[in-house]
Amino acid sequence: MKKVIVSILAIAICSMAFKFDGGKIPVVTIKNLDGSKVSTSTFTNNGKPIIISFWATWCKPCKKELDNIMDDYADWQKETGVKIIAVSIDDARTMPKVITDVKTKGWPYEVYIDDNQDFKRAMNVNVVPHTFIIDGKGEIVWSHNSYAEGDEVYLYENIKHLIKGEKLEH
Amino acid sequence: MKKFLCCIGVLFYSTSVFSQIKDIVESIHGNFQIDAQYYNKDTSIGAPIVPQKVLSNGFGNINYIRGNFSAGLRYESYNPVMQGFDPRYQGSGIPYRYARYKTQKLDITAGNFYDQFGSGMILRVYEERGLLYDNTIDGFRAIYNPIRGITIKGLIGHQRTFFSLSPGVVRAGDIDININELFDSLWVNKKTKVTIGGSFVSKYQASQSPTLNEPENVGCGGGRVTITRGGFNIYGEYAYKINDPSYVNKYSFKDGQGAYLTTSYAVNGFSIMLAGKYVDNMGFRSDRDQTLNAAMINYMPALTKYHTYLMATFYPYATQPNGEMAAQGEVQYKFKKGTPLGGKYGMEIAGNASVAYGIDSVNIAPQNDSRQYHYVVKSFDPGQKYFHDFNIEINKKFTKKVKGTFLYSNQFYNKNIIVENSAIKEYADIKTNIFVADITYKYKPTSSIRFEGEAMLTQQDKGSWAVGMVEWWPKSNFYLAVLDQWNYGNADESKRFHYYLVNIGFIRDAMRISLSYGKQRQGIFCVGGVCRTVPASDGISLTVSTSF
Repeated sequence: MKKVIVSILAIAICSMAFKFDGGKIPVVTIKNLDGSKVSTSTFTNNGKPIIISFWATWCKPCKKELDNIMDDYADWQKETGVKIIAVSIDDARTMPKVITDVKTKGWPYEVYIDDNQDFKRAMNVNVVPHTFIIDGKGEIVWSHNSYAEGDEVYLYENIKHLIKGEKLEH
Repeated sequence: MKKFLCCIGVLFYSTSVFSQIKDIVESIHGNFQIDAQYYNKDTSIGAPIVPQKVLSNGFGNINYIRGNFSAGLRYESYNPVMQGFDPRYQGSGIPYRYARYKTQKLDITAGNFYDQFGSGMILRVYEERGLLYDNTIDGFRAIYNPIRGITIKGLIGHQRTFFSLSPGVVRAGDIDININELFDSLWVNKKTKVTIGGSFVSKYQASQSPTLNEPENVGCGGGRVTITRGGFNIYGEYAYKINDPSYVNKYSFKDGQGAYLTTSYAVNGFSIMLAGKYVDNMGFRSDRDQTLNAAMINYMPALTKYHTYLMATFYPYATQPNGEMAAQGEVQYKFKKGTPLGGKYGMEIAGNASVAYGIDSVNIAPQNDSRQYHYVVKSFDPGQKYFHDFNIEINKKFTKKVKGTFLYSNQFYNKNIIVENSAIKEYADIKTNIFVADITYKYKPTSSIRFEGEAMLTQQDKGSWAVGMVEWWPKSNFYLAVLDQWNYGNADESKRFHYYLVNIGFIRDAMRISLSYGKQRQGIFCVGGVCRTVPASDGISLTVSTSF
């Protein structure tokens, strides 16, 4: 009996150590830019990877990240088919700025507003920016908190690894 | 043989159990954060003496999400709470736990939840962990979508106040109608999108006053509309509250009302936004005797630019729930690449202006009555000036390696009202001119160094300040920052202090560790419409944060 318990525990611990990041995108309701409700279960990209980036209009590094990615986004899409979903956590104070910032900057991303922060909580995001990679099956395979100049280089390396079925870098 | 069979059995059993355990384990996620600070004795900068020497705040969230079901809890611990936060956060506990079942039609929560109706003017239950703001409701909530386009919400419960519950019970309902989705065939392809909503919130708290005839049930109702068409966007909301005497409104029986309107027009490369707000006696709490930001039911955001630079946030504004008129406008333009001003990489320019005034009211003599009004509104003209901020911000990329942000801001700050909540003119109004230059130099594709210089020029309060900062990211997972804030313009020469701070940080995936050493100046901290002074400190602080 002891052995059983030990082996179960060992396997459980191994599985934890092996894959702690995984899991599907939690299903919550957020809003699109015209105020309509959208379920996160509709996030798809025809089996190609998705990058989900949590940001806010008052968050300088978040906007830097999304600006810097924009310079290369057309190439990324051509090479890997990756899609970026930018989720704003702005509340009533700054929410009107989401649409004006996105349009002025000309971001070509899918943008949603999580003003009640349901999605932020379900994804266990503490502070923004927080970026996730979702594989073609809808599993969360990688996440990163904060943004430093050039982080998009690593982000894209990992997207390429994912496409080729290679191990992601941490 | 027996042993062999046993082994096979164990293996078989354990793989099926294993896959179940694995499924369960993979459905568990969460995050943790701990902040701790060691306080040095430093009376020169006015840092209070901390007898415990070390103070810490910590929390851990654990969520289990599987299919339509989710459950979770948050453990929090304050040993004791760090300086600058409400000292009523004491000890440890589990103030947040819930079970939720959500399908497309129905979403039911038992336990704690967060929610908001419209912009939050009559109800917003939310948390801001970094600021220790949490007014979660402990009770029941149901969200029902009877047909496409209609969402009905109902909730009941008590709000969290630190590690206990507020005495008043909150009951609330809300309906949200998306006209385009509701009238599918007629409207779904229309360019104009319309959403309307209405809500009612009521609280009950037994009266304890021997002299005042306090209302025990207080109701607040409101309506809202969102219209979008092409690049146009309009949002309007109005709310009305019946008499609700409270400590914060000095037990006035006057009814309250609030209106909020924001409009914007945005196309690729250009946007304009205008917003206005009128608030009269709209403080709304589930405990009429509470102060600071405890037991607040609603949320009235300040209509001002959300600055992030240290000097631009030195004197922050918060909506005055007892009475305010405010307006904000912003224009943003992006000079395209290849234009004379845009240069090779383009340039963004944003101009923003915001003002806030009191309402035009006169005090009235106390009546010989158990209901006191204290004041009447004379007109819809602006009253006393509370705040203004006129600012311009430029973002420009000069070369592939160098980019910068430049900000100028002119601010006006009525400290008596905003910080002291007092009509007595004890302090002079503070007028500031703020300049910021923020330059990033990316010397390798994944290495950069950022310089920040700031100056705030003022004759009032503590006088002028200068700030210098260098932030070095040799690799994307490590940074080192050095900051100095210098109060060079203090009228008292012995108080012209330097506040040095050194900060290092490591990041790996979702984990972040940062360590800092140095001095923090005294600051003003606003949350939930309440501003208060945070004392200066000197010491070492550590933050560890991760999610899984």
